[in-house]
Amino acid sequence: MWRSTIGKKTIVAVTGTILIAYLVLHMVGNLNSLFGPGGGEPRIDWYAEWLRTFGEPLIPYAGVVWAVRAILLGAIVVHIVAVVQLRTRNRAARPAEFPARRIGRSWEARLMMVSGVLLVAFIVFHLLQFTTLTIDVTPLEAGALYANLYNAFQEWYLVAIYLAALVFLGSHLRHAVWSLCQTLGLDSPERNAGIRMGANVLTLVIVLGFALVPILFFTGALGEPPADELSASLTTLGGGS
Amino acid sequence: MNFKLVIWRQHGPDEEGSFETHEVAGIDPDASFLEMLDQLNARLGREKRPSIAFDSDCREGICGACSLVIDGTPHGPQQVTSCQTYMRDFVDGATIKVEPYRSNVLPVIRDLVVDRSALDRVIEAGGFISTTTGPQPNPNAMPIAPKVQEQAMDAAVCIGCGACVAACPNGSAVLFTGAKVTHLNLLPQGQPEREDRAFNMVNQMDEEGFGGCTNFGECSRACPQEISLDVIGMLNREYRKGAAAQRPKHRSEMIAQ
Amino acid sequence: MIKLDAKIPEGPIEDKWQTWLDRHSLVGPRNRAGKNVIVIGTGLAGSSAAASLAAEGFRVKAFCFQDSPRRAHSIAAQGGINAAKDFANEGDSVRRLFVDTMKGGDFRSREANVWRLAQLSENIIDQAVAQGVPFNREYGGSLATRSFGGVLVQRTFYSRGQTGQQLMLGAYSALQHQVAAGNAEVFNRHEMLDVVLVDGVARGVIVRNLVTGEIERHAGDAVILASGGYTNVYYLSTNAMGSNVTAIWRAHRQGALMANPCYTQIHPTCIPQSGEYQSKLTLMSESLRNDGRVWVPRSPDETRTPGDIPEAERYYFLEERYPAFGNLAPRDIASRAAKTVCDDGLGVGGTGRGVYLDFRDAIAEHGRDTIERKYGNLFDMYSKITGDDPYRTPMMIYPAPHYAMGGLWVDYELQTTIPGLFAIGEANFSDHGANRLGASALMQTLADGYFIVPHTVTDYMTRSGDAVGTDDSAFEATQDKVETHIAALVDVGGSTVAQDFHQRLGNVMLDKCGLARNAEGLTEALGEIRRIKAEFWSDLRVDPGVEELNQSLEYANRVSDFLELGELMCHDALRHEESCGGHFREEYETPDGEALRDDEHFAKVTAWEYKGDEGDPVPHDEQLTFENIKLATRSYK
Repeated sequence: MWRSTIGKKTIVAVTGTILIAYLVLHMVGNLNSLFGPGGGEPRIDWYAEWLRTFGEPLIPYAGVVWAVRAILLGAIVVHIVAVVQLRTRNRAARPAEFPARRIGRSWEARLMMVSGVLLVAFIVFHLLQFTTLTIDVTPLEAGALYANLYNAFQEWYLVAIYLAALVFLGSHLRHAVWSLCQTLGLDSPERNAGIRMGANVLTLVIVLGFALVPILFFTGALGEPPADELSASLTTLGGGS
Repeated sequence: MNFKLVIWRQHGPDEEGSFETHEVAGIDPDASFLEMLDQLNARLGREKRPSIAFDSDCREGICGACSLVIDGTPHGPQQVTSCQTYMRDFVDGATIKVEPYRSNVLPVIRDLVVDRSALDRVIEAGGFISTTTGPQPNPNAMPIAPKVQEQAMDAAVCIGCGACVAACPNGSAVLFTGAKVTHLNLLPQGQPEREDRAFNMVNQMDEEGFGGCTNFGECSRACPQEISLDVIGMLNREYRKGAAAQRPKHRSEMIAQ
Repeated sequence: MIKLDAKIPEGPIEDKWQTWLDRHSLVGPRNRAGKNVIVIGTGLAGSSAAASLAAEGFRVKAFCFQDSPRRAHSIAAQGGINAAKDFANEGDSVRRLFVDTMKGGDFRSREANVWRLAQLSENIIDQAVAQGVPFNREYGGSLATRSFGGVLVQRTFYSRGQTGQQLMLGAYSALQHQVAAGNAEVFNRHEMLDVVLVDGVARGVIVRNLVTGEIERHAGDAVILASGGYTNVYYLSTNAMGSNVTAIWRAHRQGALMANPCYTQIHPTCIPQSGEYQSKLTLMSESLRNDGRVWVPRSPDETRTPGDIPEAERYYFLEERYPAFGNLAPRDIASRAAKTVCDDGLGVGGTGRGVYLDFRDAIAEHGRDTIERKYGNLFDMYSKITGDDPYRTPMMIYPAPHYAMGGLWVDYELQTTIPGLFAIGEANFSDHGANRLGASALMQTLADGYFIVPHTVTDYMTRSGDAVGTDDSAFEATQDKVETHIAALVDVGGSTVAQDFHQRLGNVMLDKCGLARNAEGLTEALGEIRRIKAEFWSDLRVDPGVEELNQSLEYANRVSDFLELGELMCHDALRHEESCGGHFREEYETPDGEALRDDEHFAKVTAWEYKGDEGDPVPHDEQLTFENIKLATRSYK
């Protein structure tokens, strides 16, 4: 499969599917923050802890989280390597600058490379901020997810960065979702309109689901974290340690 | 009508090409683009200047020989073959750019003539049903629903002009290959070789150096036969099945008759 | 005097082909790889013959001037292919197809050949379906058929309006299959410029590689010419730009007799010419006449748009003159009727050379959807070319040169008068007499290519003797001749391009050797053609550079042969002092304007012998016998 263009495309589509599936889980998880600060422990903090202790004692602490991380890393690496190789091939297939005129190609399709690169950059930033807590422009504390989110999204520029990233994500997904259906051969004349529509709906749901969190924090719809939140967590973040 | 033509001239495959400007005057709006070039060539001949080489044969949109890129679009603005592009589709006095297909797999032979034998080799890799001349079963013993026949026919009308390759930013030939695979793999006759066919044709396509598909859809929008992108989905599907079914055997067995 | 022996097997006509098959000699499977066959042209006939011979194990080299075998002009055939399968349960039979074809050809074809054609027609459909040709199907999934001009049954199988394309792709894929198997080799962008004879036997060909200009020698145990027809002699025709007579003409110059060259078909349903710049005419499938009604206004002074002309003032000339067949009258008759009404000043369109083909009534009766399903792609094609919408306003059509019934004389085995040289498909003269019926060209090319010539060539190769190498002096001499001819074309150094000469030749041919001919006009035409030829050789302009892709040289080379062919056609038309089929001599017509045949003197094939550039060609006759069909005046009334 890896040798042929179509096989490699299939691999891009499959890894893409994995990443999209993760995005959906991540987005749904994020929505836990909508429960607000709660009384004592915010729901999002509880959720994070639940993820880590998932399967204990059968699975070691944070085992699932690490497993998912490993899969994601693998998927991203394979996705990018395959895309880069395909692109090199495609460039070799024709002289530069041709064809001279584009025929109705969508801007999302055209921007796949740009949006892809920006998304990689954003992911690095995102991890450095909320996972490793390296980019600590607002007070960040391990384990205190709700507080961290609250504080970060009081800053307009951070909200702007996250929303901008979602625009690229939307752009990437809109082409990606229907394109992977095509690549995986799920399309058929009767289904195509549905697939296109489905791609748009899925993209919209993911983007809006993610956008909700920074927007609600920034507008103040989600209240301040409880006072004791900062010291509430006794555990350390798996990724942050 | 009068036009200014900016035409690609290239003496041979290994030589540098460049654009050359020619003016044509008094062109009938109902003349086809190629007939306009004929008139230009006749004039060049009278002036003892070398004529412009371009491919054409049937001039009714079915043989697939003509292969111009007009104003940056394969075959021109109307999504019909170059030979069925008429001067009435252009604005009087316009400057029109005429180029050959640009693909490293379909190299220029001279001026606007390109070598498309790579497409023949893709067909050779599996675009057939391995039957030979001789007594055949009664065709009505193998009924084919009109809907299936229609779908196969929608793909089978491909004229092999290569405009899809020229239109694709990646120089991919998947629409061409997908059309043939769709045609044969939909029909009951095509079933025995179904998996090998897709697998071998895709491999040949890659071997020739065609690019891969990124689902831009430009091939289908340039296709004078309006072949749908669905054939690419079908090709992907068939290839996957084919790749899964592959063991060390394939091509040699398939053609040994 | 050359004796023309058609080599028709003895016995009842039903059994002749089987008798021949039972008797013919075979080449053992182990010896086949040592036998080389050269096939010129990769249309339906050439591709099918090449694929069939290669599949048997012979080594085949197939040549085409196009950039791919698939582009041969068979691809443009639209309407369908006949077969006597009687799927429509109308009592159709081999005999009926035979009778229709004989009668359609105005009794100028060879009985035994036509019978064999009708017999083999059934196998062709089976063969094509097995290759994956998507013929139209009925709702139950069985093959659909429709009717065509000149017959009263529905025996025409079709793939929308692209039957030729689909059959062509079937044959092409069969050929590519054999290329993959290593039995066949395709030489695209190669044009045959001469056949090489050693002791009077065809032993190979000289071809020009059109990309490099290199002159190549190829030796073979047999040579098959499947190079198509020559109606491009009329300049404007429905043929492809590259369709030419060169391969068969060069064979003719080497001694192969040319039979009935004046029998050309002018097809009734083409889009009328719109201007001088036009390079070709486009055919609209004859199947349109199934539902379209042909008419002109009754008054020459009509100025209303067609839709406003009331029923009573429309002259449905085919329906009125030929009530039994009406709009489905055979091609020659329909074409001549259109010419007659236009000569009478009733023609429509800018040039007055057009008649209406109207679908108003069919749309009213069957609904637009039905018509669209049947003819959608043809209607689209028409509106693409003319800019008119045939669903609203009638189409305009006019006859255009379309098909050459004449061609190289061949015997029952499809062998020309040169041993080892075979001619199949439109390149030979054999099956269509003086007029070809619709949907039977595809049938004949494929019968020749799939089922006849593979066997007759095999039979020939059992006694063809040892092959000759390309280092033989005959190859050298022929190559010299070819190179001299090319040099001569380039060396004229004039300033008129070949297209201009071609156009002038075409005008003369269409005017004087076209739909209607007469002795006076033909004699004039001979003089005019000679004058054009003389000018051609004194003022031709060809791009210099013979060792490269040179399209002006290719074209000039073909025109040089058309000029010679044009002369021969006029000689032939002069000699046939009768009217039959596509050959209508104005001196020979019935009082009501129909063709007047002279069976007593002309129930024969005229095969011409080439006598050098200066000498006049010499005719030889093959007497036709009619044992299985009664000679009758053709009537479609």
